[in-house]
Amino acid sequence: MSKSTTKAFLRGCLASSPFVIVVAPFALLFGVVATEAGLDVAKVMLFSVSVFAGASQFAALQLMQEDAPVLVVLATSLAVNLRMVMYSVAMAPHLGAAPLGMRALMAYFLVDQSFAASTVEFEKRPNQSLAEKVAFFFGSVTPIAPLWFGSTLAGALIGQAIPKDYALDFAVPITFLAICAPMLRSVPHVIAAVVSIVAALLLSAMPYGSGLLLAAGLAMAAGAAAEVVLERRAAR
Amino acid sequence: MKVDPAMFWTVVPALAVGTFLIRFSFLGMLGNRPLPAALRRALRYTAVAILPGLVAPAVLWPAATGGQTDLPRLAAACVTLLVGIATRSVIGAILAGGVTLYTLLWM
Repeated sequence: MSKSTTKAFLRGCLASSPFVIVVAPFALLFGVVATEAGLDVAKVMLFSVSVFAGASQFAALQLMQEDAPVLVVLATSLAVNLRMVMYSVAMAPHLGAAPLGMRALMAYFLVDQSFAASTVEFEKRPNQSLAEKVAFFFGSVTPIAPLWFGSTLAGALIGQAIPKDYALDFAVPITFLAICAPMLRSVPHVIAAVVSIVAALLLSAMPYGSGLLLAAGLAMAAGAAAEVVLERRAAR
Repeated sequence: MKVDPAMFWTVVPALAVGTFLIRFSFLGMLGNRPLPAALRRALRYTAVAILPGLVAPAVLWPAATGGQTDLPRLAAACVTLLVGIATRSVIGAILAGGVTLYTLLWM
C-alpha cells in the first residue's frame, strides 16, 4: 500500500468509528433475540455473516417466528433492504472502475455505515485516485464488520444464558421503533410511517401477512407523493 | 414461537443472496447509470414504510399476552418512539423503552 492509500484507509476507519456505539448493541441484541427464537449459535452466526443487514435480519426473524409464508418473509425483509439500491447507485461512479472481484467484495460490505462515511468523503474529495477511494471504503467497514460479527456471537452466547420469561418478546418491537424514530426527519417520512402503521393495523386480518406488504406499498407511495406536493409548493 | 428449521434454511440463504444482489446491482453490473427520479424518491421511503407497520400489531396485540393489549408494552413503545424522536439516539431510545417496560412489569 502506498502512503496515500494508507492514509485514505485510516481516514475511512476514523470516519465510521462513531457508528461503533450503534452497531455493537444492535448486533448484541440480534444475537440474544435470535437465540431466544430457538436458533443455535452456528445458525445465528450464519444469519449475521451471510445477510449482514441488521434491520432485515430482525424483520425476517420476527416474521419467521410468526410462521408467515416463506415468500412473505422474503418479500418483506428484502424490501427493507431495497434502500441499498440507492447506496449501490451512489457508489458506482466512484468505485465502479475497480475489478469485478473487488466490486463484489465491496458490495458485500456496502452497509449503512460504509455508505454514509464514503458518500461524505467522496463528495468532499472527489478527485482521489480509485485506489484511495477503495482504500477509504474498506477503511470505513474495518471498525464495523468485525464488531457486527463479534457482538452477534456475544449476544448469542448471552442469549443461551437468559431465562425464557424476561419479556424479551418485546425487544424486537422496541428496537424497530428506536431505529424508526430518527428516520422521521421530514414531513413525508412521518406521513409514510403513519400510513404504514394505520394500514398495517387495518389490513392485519389479510391472509399470510400480505396486509403488511400492501401497507408498505401504500406508505411508500404516500411518502413519495407527499414529497412531490411539498416540492411543488416550495417551488411556487 | 420457535423458528422452524426448514423455514430457516429456505429464508436465510435466499435473503443473503437477494441482499447481496441488491448491493451489487449498480456497483457491480449496471454501472454508472442514473436512476429515474420517481424510483429514487420511492426508494427513500422503503425502510420507514415497512418497519412501523411491522411492529404496530406487535405493540397493540403482543403475542406474549395472547393478543391482549398490555399497558407496560404499549407505554414502552411510546417512550421508545418519543425518546428516539427527541434525542435521535437509537441506543438511548432502546434503553429508555427497556427501562419503562421492566419498571412497569415489575410494579
